[in-house]
Amino acid sequence: MRALVRIASWLYAAAVYGFIFLPVVVLVLFSLQATSFPIPPFTGPSLRWYDAVLADTRLTSALVNSLLVAALSSAIAVTLGFLSAWGFARFVLPGSALLRGLITLPLTVSYLIIGMGLLVLFNWAGVPKSLLAAGIGHVVINLPLCFAIIYSQMGDHQINIERAARDLGAPEWKVLLLITVPVMAPAIFAGFFLSMTFSWDEFVISFLLTRFDTTLPVEIWNLLRSGLNPKTNAVGSLVFAVSIVLVVLFELMLLRRKPA
Amino acid sequence: MTAPLVDISSVSHRFGQHTVLKNVSLQIEPGSYTILLGPSGSGKTTLLSILGGFVTPSEGKVLIRGEDCTTVPPAKRPTTTVFQDYALFPHMSVGGNVGFGLRMQGVDAATRAARAREALALVGLAAAFDKKPHQLSGGQRQRVALARALVIEPAVLLLDEPLGALDLQLRRQMQDELKAIQKRVGTAFIHVTHDQEEAMALADHCVVMNDGRIEDEGPPERVYARPATRFSATFMGESTLISGTVTKAKDGTTTVATQTGSFSLPGTALAGTAVALAIRPEHLVLGAASGAIRLGTAKVSDVVFQGSFKRVLAVSEKDPALHFIARVPAAAAVRPGDIVAVSCDAGDIIPLAG
Repeated sequence: MRALVRIASWLYAAAVYGFIFLPVVVLVLFSLQATSFPIPPFTGPSLRWYDAVLADTRLTSALVNSLLVAALSSAIAVTLGFLSAWGFARFVLPGSALLRGLITLPLTVSYLIIGMGLLVLFNWAGVPKSLLAAGIGHVVINLPLCFAIIYSQMGDHQINIERAARDLGAPEWKVLLLITVPVMAPAIFAGFFLSMTFSWDEFVISFLLTRFDTTLPVEIWNLLRSGLNPKTNAVGSLVFAVSIVLVVLFELMLLRRKPA
Repeated sequence: MTAPLVDISSVSHRFGQHTVLKNVSLQIEPGSYTILLGPSGSGKTTLLSILGGFVTPSEGKVLIRGEDCTTVPPAKRPTTTVFQDYALFPHMSVGGNVGFGLRMQGVDAATRAARAREALALVGLAAAFDKKPHQLSGGQRQRVALARALVIEPAVLLLDEPLGALDLQLRRQMQDELKAIQKRVGTAFIHVTHDQEEAMALADHCVVMNDGRIEDEGPPERVYARPATRFSATFMGESTLISGTVTKAKDGTTTVATQTGSFSLPGTALAGTAVALAIRPEHLVLGAASGAIRLGTAKVSDVVFQGSFKRVLAVSEKDPALHFIARVPAAAAVRPGDIVAVSCDAGDIIPLAG
């Protein structure tokens, strides 16, 4: 009986993980297909579709665009998120709880709504559809995330450390740069890498706000309109690989604890 | 008479509705070791924060070396603080920590390292220069914090319960070292504690605080032997307190009537005023070998063995509200339930305002 329960629980776990990962496994497997259709039977392994991706200048330039937008928008989001977290943690502000709620609110609003809102706003302000516009959109969605991560790690125990620095003659900007930022570095990097992950495969906002130069997910969508082929699987696998690297970096940063 | 190094005049402070300091004035002499002693909530830490510049007082002024520092931020005043939790910079080496203040002053790296090494040698940690704070023990971190605060040669060093996080043995050892370091560098130290033993061991000048006021201040010997108020008689060491009324006062002799009898004491007071008589435990005599002033008999309620002596608690048979606290040799045969005669010498009775 006990053995049966154990087997059942293993099967259950296998089903759950299968449900989550099977699509990705299929995607990656058929990216290695040797023939022209990503359907069984498997004819690979072959790297010809990866060669095809890297030879496609539209895809490679979209990849570079995506990396640029992700890195720059995340850098801005994490900087603004850090400053607001520091402000909320260190100063008594009127309506602090309400303002903190407002700053994290975009986390609950759908990307479609944010994208449409920005589209209308940029139209009205005369900002053309571009990578810059998409980057601004990514700052909007990632700033609340960075804020929440950094704010949660900004405890009272750092207050005396900052005080000590001030006491020893450090002006406020040096306190921030030489003390608070290095002490908060794990949370700051965690926020940065998570933002990059989200920006990297974000589609809706990029789709709405870019036109000629665009990001990789939008370019993949363009590719998909002409039907499935192993090339889309290959580029999808590349996107997935980069996401995995970013998530691992994020977890390393957040879980790393120095001995006290 | 030289000008005081620090002059705190009529400082009051409120946190919201709550007044934590009530019209406090205090002078600190150059080169002195001052202890602010009091229970939690007495305002001693707030007073230290005001000296350090972390809190701006609601009223009053703080002068350091004759300059008005009341609203000067911590970075710009000639004080440094050793925090209770040490507040070392965890991402910097010990050398980087100690050199930080000099770095802020724009001192070049080589000079900084040399002076940081000197300061570390002063606190007995010369070998720790390249270590990280988390590699050090509590006592060692404490020394690094001290070196870091001393290296920029402040006019006043402020210590906020610096020994509070250490175990008893280490605390006594660090206590001796603090005093030795203070004498060597000659900087004025102001040290906050609630430990009266620490206060007596370290202070040149002891300031007893309670409820936002200074109750008593002076050399610790004087504060112990002749406390100015009831509070300081019970907080700085223990005392037996006997309440009474002055019945007669003339020719430098005062007669006080209490539940256990009338006593004549040296001193002057107005007849009719309520007084409290404080007696230190070591001055109470139990049993036959009695002192000049008889305090009646008492029933021993508790005997606590403390190593080198026994602490005896006894209740007066005439006045059940009167609790005697006495100290007898460790070999004395006293047991709970014994009835003993209690006496003392007139000169050991400290009259206080009732």
